[in-house]
Amino acid sequence: MEYFIQQTVNGITLGSIYGLIAIGYTMVYGIIGMVNFAHGDVFMMSSFIALIFYLVLTQILGITSVALALLIVLILGMLLTGLWNWMIERIAYRPLRGSFRLAPLISAIGMSIFLVNLMQVIQGPNNKSVAPLVTGFLTLGTAGGIVIPYKQILIVAVTGGLLALFWYLVQRTPLGRAQRACEQDIKMAALLGIDVDRTISITFIMGAALAAVAGLLYVIQYGSVNISDGFVPGVKAFTAAVLGGIGSLPGAVLGGLMIGLIEAMWGGYVSADYKDVAAFSILAVTLIFRPSGLLGRPEVEKV
Amino acid sequence: MTEPSAQAANAPSLTGTSAYNHSEPITFIRQLRYAGVAMLLAFGLSMPLLALKLSQDISNHLIVEQRFLLLASAMLIAFACGLRWRLFGLRSQWPAEALYLVLSALLLFFLIRAFHGLGSLFEATLDKGGSEFLIALGLLACGTALQSALAYALHVERDRWAAALPAMPEGLAARFGGHCAKHANTGALVALVAFPFLMLALTGTAGAIKWVDNFGVQILIYIMLGWGLNIVVGLAGLLDLGYVAFYAVGAYAYALIATQVIPATFPALGVWAFWICLPIAGLLAALWGVILGFPVLRLKGDYLAIVTLAFGEIIRLVLVNWTEVTKGDTGIQTPRITFFGLPFASATGDRTFGEVFGLSGSPTIYRSIFLYFVILALALLTAYTTNRLRRLPVGRAWEALREDEIACRSLGIDTTSTKLTAFAIGAGFGGFAGAFFAARQGFINPKSFEFIESATILALVVLGGMGSLLGVALSAFAVIGGTELLRELDWLKSIFGPTFDPAQYRMLIFGAAMIAMMIWKPRGLISEREPSIFLKERKAVSGTLVKEGHG
Repeated sequence: MEYFIQQTVNGITLGSIYGLIAIGYTMVYGIIGMVNFAHGDVFMMSSFIALIFYLVLTQILGITSVALALLIVLILGMLLTGLWNWMIERIAYRPLRGSFRLAPLISAIGMSIFLVNLMQVIQGPNNKSVAPLVTGFLTLGTAGGIVIPYKQILIVAVTGGLLALFWYLVQRTPLGRAQRACEQDIKMAALLGIDVDRTISITFIMGAALAAVAGLLYVIQYGSVNISDGFVPGVKAFTAAVLGGIGSLPGAVLGGLMIGLIEAMWGGYVSADYKDVAAFSILAVTLIFRPSGLLGRPEVEKV
Repeated sequence: MTEPSAQAANAPSLTGTSAYNHSEPITFIRQLRYAGVAMLLAFGLSMPLLALKLSQDISNHLIVEQRFLLLASAMLIAFACGLRWRLFGLRSQWPAEALYLVLSALLLFFLIRAFHGLGSLFEATLDKGGSEFLIALGLLACGTALQSALAYALHVERDRWAAALPAMPEGLAARFGGHCAKHANTGALVALVAFPFLMLALTGTAGAIKWVDNFGVQILIYIMLGWGLNIVVGLAGLLDLGYVAFYAVGAYAYALIATQVIPATFPALGVWAFWICLPIAGLLAALWGVILGFPVLRLKGDYLAIVTLAFGEIIRLVLVNWTEVTKGDTGIQTPRITFFGLPFASATGDRTFGEVFGLSGSPTIYRSIFLYFVILALALLTAYTTNRLRRLPVGRAWEALREDEIACRSLGIDTTSTKLTAFAIGAGFGGFAGAFFAARQGFINPKSFEFIESATILALVVLGGMGSLLGVALSAFAVIGGTELLRELDWLKSIFGPTFDPAQYRMLIFGAAMIAMMIWKPRGLISEREPSIFLKERKAVSGTLVKEGHG
């Protein structure tokens, strides 16, 4: 029983990270109907940015309070990752609106390859690992009972808080209204005076900001970054977005949690070697049998 | 809705058209403003990632290495480029131009100083990777400076050029082009067949092994893979991101049958292993093409791409983890190719190729040349089949499907079997290439079948022009051959340092080229479509007239 609860906690932690990345995929797909293949690599870059800033703050500037350092890292990381994704959208995707259907996807694959290799050139290919940022744990029940590290509590709490903020942004502000309008009908939204290009840019920035949060949480959880760390989490987050129903924000979070739980349970009870296979299989099975996902609307084909 | 803006972006920038409001006149101040914004952007983008590098100190602690010189150069370059932002229109103000040239010169001066280690300041801040990158940036600066000079020269000389060009006899160019096209295939074939012997004559045995094996065979493998994927992506318009899975199926089919099945059943056939396994590998890969293709038929575009990616990764992960059969990352030693049963080198004292034909010397060169001809034959088979298939109903159905799936269905084309045949045939050629790869390497493990390989093959198809055999071959030749060539150039190492590996820059350039291609020339280098059926005379269909890719 303890093992089960332990795995559940692990799964929720992992799922929070996937959910945060998945929102970036699902929002972009919702508005312009493209799979932003480079989003996983943006997440990878954000984890580098987070680790670099953390080291600068603690080693060079000598900030001793971990909480303060993490807060500054979080804000700086969200800003800079947002800038990167804005630039990516501006260069690689915006000129392709109105091109043929596969063009943005191919461009996104090109961008993904470019980002990974850029990071390899400027940061080097080896694994960068650091001592745990957040230590200590909470013991529930008697000694030898359930042990929950503080970092996992932190991850789930930060995710929950940011999702609430984000939910407010999308549901209650004029900006969110513009985004939802573009999602429903981009042409009509433009006719009604919404600056579509600006809305799309902001969507990319928001997606990247959440990916940056995920990047920091990833560093806190695993304590290491690598240039190849974008691909598999990226695909899993995309799986989460598809599983929840692409275009649906609650779906992305739900899908992320489900993928995290499935991965933790599969790794804990079935076979740790094949946990990635499980995630990829879920992706294939969902797309084949229920492309609209759990909470998504079925896509209607217009001639 | 977005059509006009896309067209504006695609229009040649020589006329000064851009997404910006170009009614405002370009003044020096405005150019400075652009440059300032570009510099700030460069600062924001490169601040943590470029200027600060994560590295380990002696006691293996992670520390941050400061490379502010790099940051400064990046900002300087962004500033210089920002000055030139509108310069394609040749309407720059001369102060901006002069400032740009001064900046380029300054940058170059710094770089050269940094390189020769004259300033200890630079030595302290630069490491190897940093200096490589700096040189690349310096070359960029030189390039833009050159371009600036060229643009200026052209600007002055433009009228004279414009007067001279139409004066060229029109018929001459056309006739020359037609003459070349008629004999191009024969010429190319002769050159390809003569290549290994030419190399043997020119560079001797040791040199020829390098040229034939590293260049010839390597390029031809990628050409074959590109042509195989071209059937799926270029003709049928199905974006397949997991093509390397079929390559892996072919390679492992050969490795497992040749090392497990044949010795256990008919050990006498051991020397024939490659020739027995080649068709089996192709068939198995085609079968996997159908198995993986069948469930994804309902999916379109992006979803199809992602599911094929997932399948490709699943197959690779199974190869890694199913250690009882595949030996995982340890890999499998595979038997080498034989000359139709005659081994090139024998440890057991069997008669070898050299002994039978009375050829002395290293067996490696004979094997390399033989491998070259085998892969050449396989590649030509792929090209021949593709060209024939395009003229058959199924080939026409592929191209129709690529252009408009709904119209296809309305006209009664069976989209299921059409897509499946594309998947199966493309996969089959991937399987042939895989079996050949395993026989050539003598060793395989799952590392050769990672996603990046799929992306490379896809990039070849996209860059060359989806659907064009010649385009794919040219891009494979340029890209794969270019990298191998870069690796050979020793003087590059003397500039960029001994650790310089062009392979990592190759992928960097690849990614950028894919984006650039989609923006400026979405149909690839060779975008002319030769019609497969015609009445009385062939009429070339320009790529711009054909809509593409609703698959």
